[in-house]
Amino acid sequence: MSALLAIVRRDLLLAMRRKSEVLTALFFFIIVVSLFPLGIGPEPQLLKKIAPGVLWVAALLATMLSLNRLFATDHADGTLEQLVLSPTPLGLLVAGKIAAHWLTSGLPLVLLAPVLGLQFDLEASALGVLVGALLLGTPLLSLIGAIGAALTLGVRGGGVLLSLLVLPLYIPALIFGAGAVEAHISGLGAGGHLSLLAALLALAAFFAPWATTAALRIALE
Amino acid sequence: MNNRLINWFKFASPQSFYPLAGKMIPWFWALAAVFGVVGLWISFFAAPTDAQQGEGYRIIFLHVPASWMSMFIYLVMAAWAGLGLTLNTRLSGMMAQALAPTGALMAFLSLWTGALWGKPMWGAWWVWDARLTSELILFFLYIGFIALQAAIDDPRRADKAGAILALVGVVNIPIIYFSVKWWNTLHQGASVSLTRSPSMAQTMLWGMLVMALCFWMYSIAVALMRVRAIILERETHTEWVKELDEVKR
Repeated sequence: MSALLAIVRRDLLLAMRRKSEVLTALFFFIIVVSLFPLGIGPEPQLLKKIAPGVLWVAALLATMLSLNRLFATDHADGTLEQLVLSPTPLGLLVAGKIAAHWLTSGLPLVLLAPVLGLQFDLEASALGVLVGALLLGTPLLSLIGAIGAALTLGVRGGGVLLSLLVLPLYIPALIFGAGAVEAHISGLGAGGHLSLLAALLALAAFFAPWATTAALRIALE
Repeated sequence: MNNRLINWFKFASPQSFYPLAGKMIPWFWALAAVFGVVGLWISFFAAPTDAQQGEGYRIIFLHVPASWMSMFIYLVMAAWAGLGLTLNTRLSGMMAQALAPTGALMAFLSLWTGALWGKPMWGAWWVWDARLTSELILFFLYIGFIALQAAIDDPRRADKAGAILALVGVVNIPIIYFSVKWWNTLHQGASVSLTRSPSMAQTMLWGMLVMALCFWMYSIAVALMRVRAIILERETHTEWVKELDEVKR
């Protein structure tokens, strides 16, 4: 457990020392969301309807941007090999890295989303559902993304390939996440969608570190 | 007991599988041709014209087998991948790699023929129906698998990485399918459902089944041909490949 906390602490420290990387992904999120009204037009009704989908798609893309860094720098300077050799189970260390990735790339998106939601004229309760859905959904994105990041480690054209592998797997998160907000707005209640999202998160939290570990071992072999 | 059974593991080595595959390929081609001729005859001449859909419905004789194969090949691919990961056999990875392009082709065919069928029946090339959308996602999964294998130079690593991706994909397929299905019912998009098929005439069903057999035989033949090419490519350094007649020439 202490090893897991140490990994989280180390990755957070590294992220704090290189703030620009975290901030770039964050501003990418803001810019993508702001582009949609410019492309579609300023009618409030339409914007209100597409807001959940736009915010979620932008969150997926912003997560994709930061996934590359998850293992690449550690792979380059040899830290990853030391992690594999360490007596602590690799799955635990990987879980720590994924948690740190969520804290630096997922959590800022969650905190920023209500502000952007205001631009789209979402009411307060819908904003609450949006934040709840993102809170459940963004860890899921980090977990699934970690598998892709480990598979494409040190591979030619890794970045584009990563999006090709991971984005189809993100579809359930997108559907239930954006669906929760839409269901709430239309008066159906978001409970079902949020429960499914939580179930997916539980499933991924169990399997994803395991699959990531297997992929990392293959990459380093 | 042992000497009466064929030792199946013998064929797990590329060296002994290569000639076996070479012997099997003509048979599967012949079967594919026979089933193809019979199936096409049933679908074009024997099957009656549909009362509601006219002649246009005949595309389903290609569409339905292609859709079945696209889903089934992914399962077979994932099974080979899992086998390769657990037993560490080289041939399994090659089989998975050989099946992927055929699976992608089937998924593409299914989408394409579906569009050709949808235009006269629904008046649209594409609707965001649950089945169409999940077939599209399946196509993306195939492309991802092929792209990952193509991007890794070391064939053993490519096999194993592809295997993990295929297994992750297989776990996700039901999740994706149901999420897309529920998403579709929430939006109430397509009013026409693919599932509400008119009670099918017996000959139509036969035509579809024979065409499905034809697609099976074709897929096996093509996959075997491709796996032979992959074996030659990966084993060029070995003695037995240099001894082969087709290589010497």
